[in-house]
Amino acid sequence: MADAVTETRNTTCYMCACRCGIRVHLRNGEVRYIEGNPDHPLNQGVLCAKGSSGIMKQYSPARLTKPLMRKPGSERGAGQFVEVSWDEALATLAERLAKIRATDPKKFALFTGRDQMQALTGLFARQFGTPNYAAHGGFCSVNMAAGMIYTIGGSFWEFGGPDLDRAKLFVMIGTAEDHHSNPLKIAIAKFKRDGGRFISVNPIRTGYSAIADEWVPIKPGTDGALLLALIHEIIALGLYDREFLVRYTNSGQLVNMDDSNSEFGMFVRTEVPEEEGCFDPQNKLWWDRATNRPVVTHTEGADPFLFGEFKLSDGTLVKPGFQLLKERVEDYTPEWAAGITGIAADTIRRLAHEMGVTARDQKIELPIAWTDVWGKEHDTVTGNPVAFHAMRGLAAHSNGFQTIRALAILMTLLGTIDRPGGFRHKAPFPRPIPPCAKTPNTPLAIMPNSPLDGLALGWPGEPDDLFVDDDGKPVRIDKAFSWEYPLSVHGLMHNVITNAWRGDPYPIDTLMIFMANMAWNSTMNTVEVRKMLNDRGADGEYKIPFIVVCDAFQSEMTAYADLVLPDTTYLERHDVMSMLDRPISEFDGPVDAVRIPVVPPLGECRPFQEVLIELAGRLRLPAFVRPDGSRKFRDYPDFIVNYETEPGSGIGFLAGWRGKGGEKFMRGEPNPRQWEMYAKNNCVYHYKLPPSYQYMRNWNKGYLEWSQRNRIQRYAEPILIHLYSEVLQKFRLAAQGKGNSRKPPEHLRKGIETYFDPLPFYYEPLESQQVDTVKYPLNAVTQRPMAMYHSWDSQNAWLRQIHGHNHLFVNPLLARSHGIEDGGWMWVESPWGKVRCLCSYSEAVEPGTVWTWNAIGKISGAWNLGPGANESRQGFLLNHLIADELPGKGGGPRVPNSDPITGQAAWYDVRVRIYKAAADEPKETSPQFSPLPAAPGTRTKRPSWIAFFAGTGKAR
Amino acid sequence: MTQLALVIDLNVCVGCHACVTSCKQWNTSGAAGPLADFNPYDGDPTGTFFNRVQSFEVGEFPNTQTVHFPKSCLHCEDPPCVPVCPTGASYKRAEDGIVLVDYDKCIGCKYCAWACPYGAREIDESRKVMTKCTLCVDRIYDPALPERERKPACVLACPTSARLFGDIHDPDSAVSQAIRDNAGYALMPEWGTHPANHYLPRRKTQRHVHADELERADNPLKIDGLLPKPAKTEPSLDDVTSW
Amino acid sequence: MNPAFSVILLTTLLGAGQGLFLALFTAQSYALFDLLPQQDSRSFYASGSLTALALLAAGLGASFFHLGRPERAWRSAAQWRTSWLSRETIVLPAFMALVFLYGVAHWFGWKPVAATLPAGIAIDATLVLGLLGTVLAFLLFLCTAMIYACLPFLREWHSPLTVLNYILLGGSSGFTLATAFAALAGSGLSRFFATWAIILTAAAFVSRGASLLRNARLKPRSTLQTAIGIKHPRIVQTSHGSTGGTFNTREFFHGRTRLFLRSIKWLFLVAVFAAPIPLLAAAMPGPAPAIALLAFAIQYAGLLAERWYFFAEANHPQNLYYQAIA
Ligand SMILES: Nc1nc2c(c(=O)[nH]1)N[C@H]1C(S)=C(S)[C@@H](COP(=O)(O)OP(=O)(O)OC[C@H]3O[C@@H](n4cnc5c(=O)[nH]c(N)nc54)[C@H](O)[C@@H]3O)O[C@H]1N2
Ligand SMILES: Nc1nc2c(c(=O)[nH]1)N[C@H]1C(S)=C(S)[C@@H](COP(=O)(O)OP(=O)(O)OC[C@H]3O[C@@H](n4cnc5c(=O)[nH]c(N)nc54)[C@H](O)[C@@H]3O)O[C@H]1N2
Ligand code: SF4
Ligand code: SF4
Ligand code: SF4
Ligand code: SF4
Ligand code: SF4
Ligand SMILES: [Mo]
Repeated sequence: MADAVTETRNTTCYMCACRCGIRVHLRNGEVRYIEGNPDHPLNQGVLCAKGSSGIMKQYSPARLTKPLMRKPGSERGAGQFVEVSWDEALATLAERLAKIRATDPKKFALFTGRDQMQALTGLFARQFGTPNYAAHGGFCSVNMAAGMIYTIGGSFWEFGGPDLDRAKLFVMIGTAEDHHSNPLKIAIAKFKRDGGRFISVNPIRTGYSAIADEWVPIKPGTDGALLLALIHEIIALGLYDREFLVRYTNSGQLVNMDDSNSEFGMFVRTEVPEEEGCFDPQNKLWWDRATNRPVVTHTEGADPFLFGEFKLSDGTLVKPGFQLLKERVEDYTPEWAAGITGIAADTIRRLAHEMGVTARDQKIELPIAWTDVWGKEHDTVTGNPVAFHAMRGLAAHSNGFQTIRALAILMTLLGTIDRPGGFRHKAPFPRPIPPCAKTPNTPLAIMPNSPLDGLALGWPGEPDDLFVDDDGKPVRIDKAFSWEYPLSVHGLMHNVITNAWRGDPYPIDTLMIFMANMAWNSTMNTVEVRKMLNDRGADGEYKIPFIVVCDAFQSEMTAYADLVLPDTTYLERHDVMSMLDRPISEFDGPVDAVRIPVVPPLGECRPFQEVLIELAGRLRLPAFVRPDGSRKFRDYPDFIVNYETEPGSGIGFLAGWRGKGGEKFMRGEPNPRQWEMYAKNNCVYHYKLPPSYQYMRNWNKGYLEWSQRNRIQRYAEPILIHLYSEVLQKFRLAAQGKGNSRKPPEHLRKGIETYFDPLPFYYEPLESQQVDTVKYPLNAVTQRPMAMYHSWDSQNAWLRQIHGHNHLFVNPLLARSHGIEDGGWMWVESPWGKVRCLCSYSEAVEPGTVWTWNAIGKISGAWNLGPGANESRQGFLLNHLIADELPGKGGGPRVPNSDPITGQAAWYDVRVRIYKAAADEPKETSPQFSPLPAAPGTRTKRPSWIAFFAGTGKAR
Repeated sequence: MTQLALVIDLNVCVGCHACVTSCKQWNTSGAAGPLADFNPYDGDPTGTFFNRVQSFEVGEFPNTQTVHFPKSCLHCEDPPCVPVCPTGASYKRAEDGIVLVDYDKCIGCKYCAWACPYGAREIDESRKVMTKCTLCVDRIYDPALPERERKPACVLACPTSARLFGDIHDPDSAVSQAIRDNAGYALMPEWGTHPANHYLPRRKTQRHVHADELERADNPLKIDGLLPKPAKTEPSLDDVTSW
Repeated sequence: MNPAFSVILLTTLLGAGQGLFLALFTAQSYALFDLLPQQDSRSFYASGSLTALALLAAGLGASFFHLGRPERAWRSAAQWRTSWLSRETIVLPAFMALVFLYGVAHWFGWKPVAATLPAGIAIDATLVLGLLGTVLAFLLFLCTAMIYACLPFLREWHSPLTVLNYILLGGSSGFTLATAFAALAGSGLSRFFATWAIILTAAAFVSRGASLLRNARLKPRSTLQTAIGIKHPRIVQTSHGSTGGTFNTREFFHGRTRLFLRSIKWLFLVAVFAAPIPLLAAAMPGPAPAIALLAFAIQYAGLLAERWYFFAEANHPQNLYYQAIA
C-alpha cells in the first residue's frame, strides 16, 4: 500500500491491567501494528500475547455500539434488547439516580471489575452519597494486599515486588501470570540469565514455574504450614537478621501478658503521644540487654532482648514480640508441615537453610549513604538477596490472610524488606500500618442529597473503625467492614448480588456494574447467581429492580442488564493510571501514566468516564458542579486536568507536569497543557528518587520527609514492621469482651477471637473444615493462561485460537485410578455443583489437585460467538463448582466462602471428586445454558473468515 | 556468508505466546499478508500463523519439567523445502540465508510443506499460497526503522528475551556466542537440514548448603542467649577426674 | 499424511494411462517381430491411445484440483533441475503429446519408415513415436514416484520400491485395462494382455508387499527427543498451541483409526491383486470384455485404496509436534 497514510501514536495498553506502554501504528486510520514502547519503564518495549492482539479486540464483532434497553416484557438474561439514544439512556438513569439520591443513596450500588479508574468511580460514588461502592479487589487478591500491608506497609501486586535485579534466590509462591505480567517476565528471565536460583512453590508446574530451578509441589491451601515451618527452622538455627528485626520491626517491643488486663496482648506504652495520627507513636518499650531494664524503643545505645519474659515494675508480665513468635512456631516443625503440605520435611529444612544462608552470606552492600528516622546515618545500604513473590495461590484461600502474614514475617526475618535484592516498595507505598483512609463508622454518614461522610473503602485499625450500625449490623450491601469480615479493605463484590437479592442487610434499587462479568466468571455459585439476577419477589418486581451494565462487549453479564452502556476500548479513550489509584510506580520512584485515544470511538460508544461526569453533572454532585449548579468540567480530559482533591490542594489525578507551565510534579496547580506533555513523553511520568531515598523507605528519613512534602503521606514517622499485630489483637480483645471498644455480635465472637490472632497461625481452609474430605478428596484450582484475560478475550479471533476450550488437567495416576482416559469426558463434582468436561493427563500437577485454565468456557452466543464455538461446547467454567456460602458447621448459620478476616473470596478452597462420564452421555460440557442472541448494535453477520490487512477499510 | 537465524532460549521461555500473536499482527498487514483466519467466531477457529508455541512435559511427577517450545521456520541451511518447489516460489536467499516464498509464483501445491520435516509451513487457506516465517524481512532491513527495531516482531515482543536474532555464521555475533556458550542445538539433526535456528537448553542453578554454613559465628542466638547450653547439673568430666 | 482425493486420482489415472499406452506399444512391438498379429491402426492403436490420453488428461485435470492456484500451474515447469514435481509437469504433457501423436499417426496411417532393421523389419514413425513414448512413460513413472521417494524423512516412501511400485501398479492396471480394451475392440489380444497383466500384477504384489513389509519394520529415526532436543525417555505433549487445529493437523493427519487403516490395506490387497488375477485368468480364454472390465474396475478401485494407504501410512516427522490437543 504505497499511498497509504501511516502514523504512530503512543498510549497505554489495556489488554490487561498491567498497563504497558505501547506504540500504535495506524494505516489509513486502521490499526496496523501495536508494539511495546521501548521508552516505557514498565515493559521496556516488550509486549505480551494479549497486547499483540489488540487489533482483534478493536475490530471484534462482539463490540457493543449502542446504548440498549431490555426489551419490555422480555426476561433478564434472555438478551433481548432495543436500541435507545444516549439522551434517553442518560435521562432514564439520571432520573432514577436522582430519586434514589434524594431518598436513600445507599440504594444505589456501583461495583467495578478489572478497571483501573477507581479514583473516579470512587469519587463518583462518594459524591453520590452511597457507601455501596467497591472494585474487584475483594474477589481478587485482597488477602495479598491486606496481609502484607497490615504487616509491612506494602505488598506485592501494584504496591511492590521482588528486586530480581539483585536477588540471588527467588522464591515464587502461588503465582501463574500475575498482575505485573510483562515486567515480571522481563525480570525473571534476567534473573535466570544472571545465574540466580529460582524456586517455585505451586501445586502445578506451568508458565513461570516451568523455568524454575526447583519445583516444590504443594497441596493447595497449606502454604501457611510451610511458611510457619520455615520460620520455625530459621529461628531455631538463628538464621534471622537480628539487627533488622531489632531496629525495623516490633520484634523487641514488650507485649503485655497479663490476661486479666484489658491491655492484654497489647504493647506496653510509656506515655500518651503528643500528637495522635495515623502512625505508630514511638512510645513502646524494649527490655535493654545492657541495663536489664525497660527502655523506650530505639533509645540510643540500647539493645533489646528478643527472647525472654520480664516483669515490669508494676508487676506486669511482658514478653518481646519475637518471643511470642518463637513460642507460636515451636510446634510448627518441618515434620508437622510435611504431613499437611505434602512436602518432605527434609525439603522444607533445606529450603529454610538455603534462604537463611543466602540471606546471611551473600549480603549486598551498596555505597549509598542514608539517614534513618532516628537520625542515625548509614554509609551504605545493605540487603539480603532473597526475594519472594506470591499472588493468588496464597490469596484466594480462606486462610490466606494469616498465610500471607506468615510470608511477610518470613521475609522480615530474612531482613529483606525494601532492601536491595529483597522486596521493594513502589510509591505511594509504604503506607502507615494500617493506612490512614477510613470509612465512616456509622450509618449516619449516609444522608439524602449529600456526599458520603467518609470514604467507601478504608483500613480499619480497631473495632471502632468498622462501618456498622449501633447493633453491629453492616451498613454496606456487601457487608464489608462489618464484624463478618472486619478488614475487607477492598469490599466484597462477590457478595453483592446474593445480598441484594436476599435484601440482606437491605434491598437496593439500582446496581451498576462496570467492566465485570458478574453473571459468569467473577461470580461464585454461578448457576444460582444467574437465577438471582432474574428473580422476582411476591409483588412481581425484580428483587434487584434495576441493573445497569457498562461494558465494551456483549458478555454473559450484559444479558442481565436493564440498561447497557456501550463503552469504548482502550484505543478509543482517555484514561489515567493515577497516583490516587493504582499507579504503575517502579522501585525507584513514582510513575503514573495515561491513555490517549488513537482511533475514534466505534458507533455510539462513549467512555464510561464521560458518562460518569455527565451523570455527575446532571445529579449536581458537588465536586462536579459550580456553586450555581452548572457543570464544572467540559469532559473527562478537562476533569483530569482541573480536578483538585480540595480547592487549591494542587493534588490531582496526575502527578506529572503540574503547575501552570508543567514545571511541578506531585503537587501543583492544574496545567492546561498536561495531556500534551504526557503525550509527548510516552504517556508516562516517571519521577526517579535519588538513590538514598530508594531503599529502607519505612524508616528512611529523607524519603519519608520527601513523601510528606509531596503529600504522599501526612506524617514522616517510621513504619515499623508489625511482626506482632496489635490491630488484630484489638479485634480479638473486643471478641473477648475486653476494653471499651465496640463488641462483635454474639454469633461472630468465636470467629473473631479465633481468626484475629496477632501472630500467624495455620488453619485448614473453611471449606475443608466443613465438607467430607473423604468423599471430596481433591482440590480444584484455576490458573490464568498467559494469552487470555479472564472472560474477555474469547471475542478475540487470534487469542481464541490459542485457547478455544479448556480441559481439566489431572495427574495420570489419579485419572487412571478412576478409569478416565486422556482426552476423555469426565465429571468433576463438588458438594455445590458438577461439571462435565474433557480430561487431559498431566505430570505437572500434584496428584491431589486438578486444575483448568480460568474463564475459557462461555455461554453459547455470548461474545457474539457462533453456536459451534468450542468455548460453549467443550469449554467449561470451574465457578459452577465454587460456593459463595458454606453451610454453617453443625447446622449453624451459613457462612460466606471467604477469608473471615478480609472477606477475600476463597476460589481455590473448593473440594471435588472426579469420575468418568458414561459412554452414552453427550460429548459436550455440562451445564449448558440457553444461547444468547446477538445484541442490537453488535455485528450480526458473523464472518466465516477474515483476512485482516490494515488500511483497506474493511476492518469493520 | 551470512545466515540469519533465531536462537530460542528454552531456559527462559515461559510459553506466553507473545511471539505468536506479535508475528501474526506484524505479518498479516505486511508483505506476507493478509493471513487468513477461518471460523474466527465459531467452532474450531483456525488461521495462518508463522510461529506457534507448544508445551511438553518431560518426566514423571514429581520430577516433571514443563517445556514451552516455540517453533517457526528454522531457515535450514540445506532446506529440503526449496529444491522440491516446482515453481521456484520457495527459495533461499544467498545474501542472508532467509528461506522465503514468492507469493506471486506459488501455485499452492503444498509440496514444500510435505518436504519440511518440521511442519514449519502453513498454507494460507484464503489466498491458497504457502506461507511461513519470513524472519520479518520487511522489518530487519527497513531503513525507516531505528537500528534497535530492525529485528523480527517476535524478538522485540518476547518478554523474556528468549528469542535472539542474528547471523550464526558470524562467530562473534551474540547468537553464535549463545549457541557456543550454552550448548545450543538444532532440531532433528538426523536429516542433515542444518537448521539455522537453534535452541538453548534448560540450565539448572543449584545450591548446596554446607553444614559449616549453618553453624555460624554470627548466630544471633548467641546474643539472645538461646544457643542450647547443657544444664549446670548435668554430668561432666569435673565429676570424675582430677589432674 | 492426509492425501487430497485429487492426488489419489491423479496418480492412479496417470498410472493406468501410462500402463495402457505401454500395453499398446508392447503389442505393436510384438507384432513388429510377428510375434502377435498386426492390429488395425485406427480401431486398435488410435482408439487405444485415445483412451490412454483420456486417462492422462483426467489425471492432469485432477492435478489442478490439487493446486491452490491452478491458474499459475504453468509456472511449475520452472524448477526441473531440482524438483521432481517440476519434472513431472514437464514430462506429463510431453508424454501426452507423444501419446497423441502416436494415436494420430496410427489414425492417419502416417508411417514413413525411419530405418530398417537388418532382418528387413521397417521401423516406421509410429514405432519411433511409441518408443519415445515408452521412454517418457517410464520417465513419468520415475518422476511421479520420485516426488515421494525423494523425501528422505518420509521413510515409508524413501525407497526404490516406491518407484518400482508406481511402475508395476501403473503397468498392471494399464495391462488389465488393455485386456478389456482388446476384448472390446475384438482384437484377439486379450489373452496376451491378460497374461502380462497377471505377470505385472503378481510382480506388483511382490514389490508392493515388500514395501509393506519394509514399512512395517521401519523404526522412526526422528523421535520426540530429537524433535525438541531433550533427552528423556518420557516426554508427553500437553498443548500444541492451538485448540482449533491448524494446517498441520489437517494436512498431515488422516484422522482414521488403526483398524480403518488395516481394513484399507486388506481391501487393496484383495482388490488390486487377489481379485483381478483370477478374473484376468477367467477372461483369458476368449474375448470376455465384461469380465475384463470388471477386473479393471475392481483393480482401479483397489488402487484408489492403495494410493490412499500409501499416503496415509507415511508418518511425517512433523507429526511428532502434534501429539495432543489442549
Ligand atoms: N474460578 C475462578 N474465578 C475467578 C478467578 C479465579 O481465579 N478462578 N479469578 C477472579 C479474579 S482475581 C478476578 S479479578 C475476576 C475477574 O472477573 P471480571 O472482573 O468479571 O473480569 P472479566 O471477565 O475480565 O470481565 C470484565 C468485563 O469487562 C469487559 N471489558 C473489557 N474491556 C472493557 C472496556 O474497555 N470497558 C468496559 N466497560 N468493559 C470492558 C469485558 O467485556 C468483561 O465483560 O475473576 C474472578 N473469578
Ligand atoms: N494473562 C492474564 N494475566 C492476568 C489475568 C488474566 O486473566 N490473564 N488476570 C489478572 C488478575 S485479575 C489477577 S488477580 C492476576 C492473578 O495472578 P496469579 O495469582 O498469578 O494468577 P492465578 O492464575 O490465580 O495463579 C494462581 C497460582 O497459584 C497456584 N495455586 C493455587 N492454589 C495454591 C496454593 O494453595 N498454594 C500455592 N503455592 N499455589 C497455589 C495455582 O496453581 C496458580 O499457579 O493475574 C492478572 N493477570
Ligand atoms: S501485559 Fe500484555 S496485555 Fe497487559 S498491559 Fe502489558 S502488553 Fe498489554
Ligand atoms: S514470546 Fe518469548 S517467552 Fe513467550 S512464548 Fe515466545 S519465546 Fe517464549
Ligand atoms: S524449517 Fe522447513 S520450511 Fe523452514 S527452511 Fe527448514 S525445511 Fe524449509
Ligand atoms: S506450495 Fe508454493 S512454495 Fe510450496 S512447493 Fe508449491 S509452489 Fe512451491
Ligand atoms: S521472525 Fe517474523 S515471521 Fe518469523 S516468527 Fe518471528 S515474527 Fe514471525
Ligand atoms: Mo484478579
